Amino acid sequence: MTVIDEAARTAREEPSSTAPLLSVRNLVQEYVTRGPGGVKAGVVHAVSDVSFDLMPGETLGVVGETGSGKSTLARAIIQVERPVSGEVVFQGQDLVTLDRRKLKATRARMQMVYQDPFGSLNPRWRIEDVVAEPLVGHTDLTKDERGARVDELLDLVGLDPRQYRRRRPMELSGGQAQRVAIARAIAPEPALIICDEAVSSLDVLIQAQVLNLFEKLRADLGLSYVFIAHDLATVKQVSDRVAVMHLGQLAEVGPAAEIYQAPKHPYTRALLGSVPVLDPATGAARRPVPLTGEPPSPLNPPSGCRFRTRCPIAQDVCAEVEPRPTPIGDGGRRVACHFPLGE
Amino acid sequence: MTTQDRMIDLASADDATAHDGGDEPAPVLTVQDLRVTFSRGGRTIRAVNGLNYQLRAGRTLAIIGESGSGKSVSVRALLGLLPPSAFVSGSARLGQTELVGLNEKAMRAIRGDEIAMVFQDPARSLNPTMNVGQQITEAIGMHQRLDKKAATDRAVELMKLVRLPAAERRFEEYPHQLSGGMRQRVMIAIALASDPKVLIADEATTALDVTTQAQIMELLADLQDRLGTSVIMISHDLGLAACYADEVLVMYGGKAVEQAPAATLFSHVRMPYTKALLGSIPQLTTPSHGLLSVIGGQPPDLASLPQGCAFRPRCPNASDQCLTEPALTEHEPGHRYACWHPVGAAGAGGSADGDRARVEEVS
Repeated sequence: MTVIDEAARTAREEPSSTAPLLSVRNLVQEYVTRGPGGVKAGVVHAVSDVSFDLMPGETLGVVGETGSGKSTLARAIIQVERPVSGEVVFQGQDLVTLDRRKLKATRARMQMVYQDPFGSLNPRWRIEDVVAEPLVGHTDLTKDERGARVDELLDLVGLDPRQYRRRRPMELSGGQAQRVAIARAIAPEPALIICDEAVSSLDVLIQAQVLNLFEKLRADLGLSYVFIAHDLATVKQVSDRVAVMHLGQLAEVGPAAEIYQAPKHPYTRALLGSVPVLDPATGAARRPVPLTGEPPSPLNPPSGCRFRTRCPIAQDVCAEVEPRPTPIGDGGRRVACHFPLGE
Repeated sequence: MTTQDRMIDLASADDATAHDGGDEPAPVLTVQDLRVTFSRGGRTIRAVNGLNYQLRAGRTLAIIGESGSGKSVSVRALLGLLPPSAFVSGSARLGQTELVGLNEKAMRAIRGDEIAMVFQDPARSLNPTMNVGQQITEAIGMHQRLDKKAATDRAVELMKLVRLPAAERRFEEYPHQLSGGMRQRVMIAIALASDPKVLIADEATTALDVTTQAQIMELLADLQDRLGTSVIMISHDLGLAACYADEVLVMYGGKAVEQAPAATLFSHVRMPYTKALLGSIPQLTTPSHGLLSVIGGQPPDLASLPQGCAFRPRCPNASDQCLTEPALTEHEPGHRYACWHPVGAAGAGGSADGDRARVEEVS
């Protein structure tokens, strides 16, 4: 475990304790849609002016509906697609302006885990090759050293190396395959892991195992996470802070406990109210209170506040002036609403 | 059958129960010892192993379980929607009609007419080349003889019933022009076209956002109140079942392991499997970075089920007695479970906290 201990130390100490690990500033990502004949038909405002900081060892949960820009945000952070504008400063380096070669070196310290483990594992490779691949690209370990490290990594994610290293992805269950994807993600000793709906396709019992694994790795390796999911309770379980996204914008960001206990943005309140609640201790259930209306199209977002068409407390000003994320209190909480709740 | 007939039907159903002396409405669907096996590559996969339940008029039954627990297969078997490799036995009576072994022609008269189904993925259940109005009109035409004008009017009426915004305009639109929630509303409109007695919602809201899920579930609950439809709701979401079901049936390894009215079941969980499911769901109120109580192991291989209780290899309370299969028995009024060492019983599980500690040990 020496390699991993070192990794944990560097991950914790390299950036000074007060500097954010990841700092996203005014990030904008847009896609052009084309009609027949390749004529520009419109612009999808996928991510509009999003800013947040992630401190080392911290987990930021990102919640929102389909089309709120959660996944686009993840892709813009790791530079799968270069953002239209804005900064993504990771460990002191702005990735947006970094050239491809340097970017590749940075990516070893920033890994991603996706929703469908079978879609992200090469079906023809053995598990040992899948997990060793990032070691080939990002380290100069010898073949034997890589083999030892693969055993160590499989052990760490709770798979017995003797039993699993020679298997292929199709011989695994969904939960086991997701563990392999996680082992591969932590192989190059990253400081940050971006989880895009990483537990959404798993059954509840397996989901609980994988969530606990994320927690264990966070504690053991000092990892930071950006944890993207549509399930609010799952996000609460793992996150220190939560960003609520609505149609490409940050509706609200702040400490998880505060946001879940006292949402300030009407959209956050609506999301929380839509969750069917079952108290496992008493068996008491609470029916959801549905929001009325359909989410607006990101192709043609409403003027002013993008939530106003569904907002129960919208006023005239909401259609005219776009609310900016404004600090509330001293807990690092920001809310983009003209009429924050409970104020 | 029109809504008015339904009202009369409901009234007579009420009469029937009045004669029985019970306050429960009459059962619409009675399933007894339902079994489904598949033959694949010389192996016999036992997907459903002796399922019994009654669905009462106007009530909602939730069937809960993980992937591979047999929950979907068990309802598809009712409608003859399984591939030819499936062998179905047992009995499922809808009124006077026996559904198991019914020929395809007779089944077609029941499917969509008396029992309708809403699936998880509305995008794949709708025809992408037909506008939604036509698809609803087609469904109406399958069950009723109406002229074009009347069928169109009925389709628009159904679209309004499921609260599709701007129904007249949506009539002309194609599925790709609608959001996931609106597509699911169209699916529900199609399902309701024949005014079915039983509506089966197979993970109908799983693919939707939590906001849309809340809208669709409230819509279904409201429609059920107005039309008196009985609903079988298949889900992996215990919270959803607790909110909307009257009766809950928990499946594991193709069998019912716990069955009770929703309030009874969730306030007095007896089966260690149900307990494990409850302990593994993250809650909105739990503090961050807490560990969930988990159990190890994998769901059973349906081709070689373990001896005795199927949950035995993963169960924290298991003993040698569990090698003998426990029957699903009504241990408490209205509460059935199949377990030798139920949670909370003296000498078996100890206190709830004790169980939790043991559950964690196993992981």
